[in-house]
Amino acid sequence: MSAGTNKIAVTVTDVVQLNELVKRFRFERSDGGPLPTFSGGAHTVVEMQDGDVHRLNPYSLMSNPMDQSAYTISVRRDDQGRGGSLFMHERVKPGDAMTISYPVNLFSLDLRARKHLMIAGGIGITPFLAQIKQLDVMNGRFELHYACRSEALGSYVDELTATHPNNVHIYYDDQQQAIDLENLLDGQPLGTHIYVCGPKGMINWVRGKAAELGWPREAVHYEEFLAPQSGKPFEVKLAVSNKVVQVGEHQSLLEAIEAAGVDAPYLCRGGACGQCETDVIGYDGKFLHRDHWLEDDQRASGKKIMPCVSRFEGKTLVLDR
Amino acid sequence: MTIQFNDETFRNDYTFRNSDWAIKRFPFPFHEDSYMYSVNMEQHQGGPKGSIYEKRFDVDEHYLAEMKDRALVLAEDPLRCQSLPHMTLAGWDLLELIMISKSEDYPDLFKLHRNGNNWRWINKPMGIDDSFVFMDEATLPYGPMEYITRQTQGDFAVLDQRDDNLWMDAGMVTTQADWSLDFDIGMNFFEWHAPVPKAHEMGIFVRALKFLLNIQQGMPARRLNWTMTVNPLLDTSPENYHKWGIQKTTLTPENVGEKQYLRVELQTFFRLPRSNALVFPIRCYLIALQDLTTVPKWGRRLHRVIRDLPEELATYKGFIDNRPMIVDYLSKFDDGLPTSDGIWPDLDSEPPLKA
Repeated sequence: MSAGTNKIAVTVTDVVQLNELVKRFRFERSDGGPLPTFSGGAHTVVEMQDGDVHRLNPYSLMSNPMDQSAYTISVRRDDQGRGGSLFMHERVKPGDAMTISYPVNLFSLDLRARKHLMIAGGIGITPFLAQIKQLDVMNGRFELHYACRSEALGSYVDELTATHPNNVHIYYDDQQQAIDLENLLDGQPLGTHIYVCGPKGMINWVRGKAAELGWPREAVHYEEFLAPQSGKPFEVKLAVSNKVVQVGEHQSLLEAIEAAGVDAPYLCRGGACGQCETDVIGYDGKFLHRDHWLEDDQRASGKKIMPCVSRFEGKTLVLDR
Repeated sequence: MTIQFNDETFRNDYTFRNSDWAIKRFPFPFHEDSYMYSVNMEQHQGGPKGSIYEKRFDVDEHYLAEMKDRALVLAEDPLRCQSLPHMTLAGWDLLELIMISKSEDYPDLFKLHRNGNNWRWINKPMGIDDSFVFMDEATLPYGPMEYITRQTQGDFAVLDQRDDNLWMDAGMVTTQADWSLDFDIGMNFFEWHAPVPKAHEMGIFVRALKFLLNIQQGMPARRLNWTMTVNPLLDTSPENYHKWGIQKTTLTPENVGEKQYLRVELQTFFRLPRSNALVFPIRCYLIALQDLTTVPKWGRRLHRVIRDLPEELATYKGFIDNRPMIVDYLSKFDDGLPTSDGIWPDLDSEPPLKA
């Protein structure tokens, strides 16, 4: 039950170095059968066996949602991260067998929208690639505004501008090009929905500006997967399973619980979906909440924690798990 | 096995009957001798052979008669089937799910041939053989949801998922326990459940919604729900209450065993892949009390459940006035012996009724 998702055994059939930072991976079912269709914006959780460490990282599916022959994802190398992206970049080769989850969508299109206004930053482009392919089939109306650091790092810019020259607008940071957000939002027809995926700063900027201009909350969609941050090691007691677990410096609380053989629910592993929400039975110390699921009053209560991204510093932490 | 389809009616002369096979596989909804709401969900990944849980979409002896009754309801009231404009993709998802499931689960009854988007669907019991282009509405006689649900037992609520809620934005609803798609269309999960007593205070709907929002592709779920209906009526809708409500007054101590039916819904939930919508099939099974009580365990238990049911629930389920008569009838099938846990009939292990 842990993930609430089924797993799929896949084989890596292609690895493409797209630019200095991004690699693309293609997965096909190892048994040769068709993969499930999915909806644009869905992600899959990729399992990695990195030595003793079992990693589970979510990546947006970027291939055509109707294409059941293969899934593709793009992974940006994060040299400061805990190692998942480095594992994908340095260790995964064509022919490797891997396990991925069924698609899960926490960033789906609102199909009522008369127009879809997409705002992407950097690797945040990936869910939009699948959504645009879905909208092509449905004759949906969209406009993409995509900010990249430079031409050299502009993943999929060529493909997007070639296939949708009138709907795609590219902005290069190093050429001092920036999205004129206020004018962009101001000029949208009634019934437009906004979707933003990119760095935290960009998401906050778009959500803040939209709120300021009076956009309905329901018409603004965003996806930000947080990567778990490293931190000081700590100890946690799991009351239900009666275990005491050490959480390592580069390990998330959720990973430590799983490593102890305790089945814990999760979906996104990025602080967004709420599935891993866990009750705190007792604590003496300080929570380092990093999710964007819990409300402020829940955090202040000291009764909830999201173990996929949040940590703890202090003497004792007892969880209802 | 080959299914013998009954020639029977759910209106006027009410010739609906359950065979011995249908009685033994009836989805009895009470796992213990009392009933209260719960989020009683489990995975919908098959079940005991021959049971109604075995297949993704159960087909039984009432299939053809139910489809005829649905066509009659729709001819009188086309608003029983509605799909808001943004739900067409979910309709194709549902058509695909049902065609694949039925052709795999009942290969002798249903066949699906796919060559890219050119599909051919053969429904042998209904004598249908249609070729069409998947995702091209112009090639089907109805929209995709209506097309496939005119060929599938049970009601279908197709729920859009957005803003951390579910929205009743499409459906085919002709066999319902007194609720109306035309009234509920466009409502969210809390709005359409507003009339249910007690459950809100118990926090049932908050928990149920959280569960449903997280149902993922390939991991369908199910639960049973129940009520009581006088006469084997599929269409107990608010729209037709003036026709069926009055039938509740025709119950007498002499005919209660024959005319009073336990109505059980097998509710399943599937995530739809292309639209990210959730489909909620609600399959109705009917059984006369005189048939149900041929299973000793079920007779004992149903008496205890109906007798002890809180008044609000008996009122909400619409049988408060007839409850004394029903309990009086059922008491003849309760000899006070203990019952085994779980919903199964346990015919081999449970003792017969003491004389």
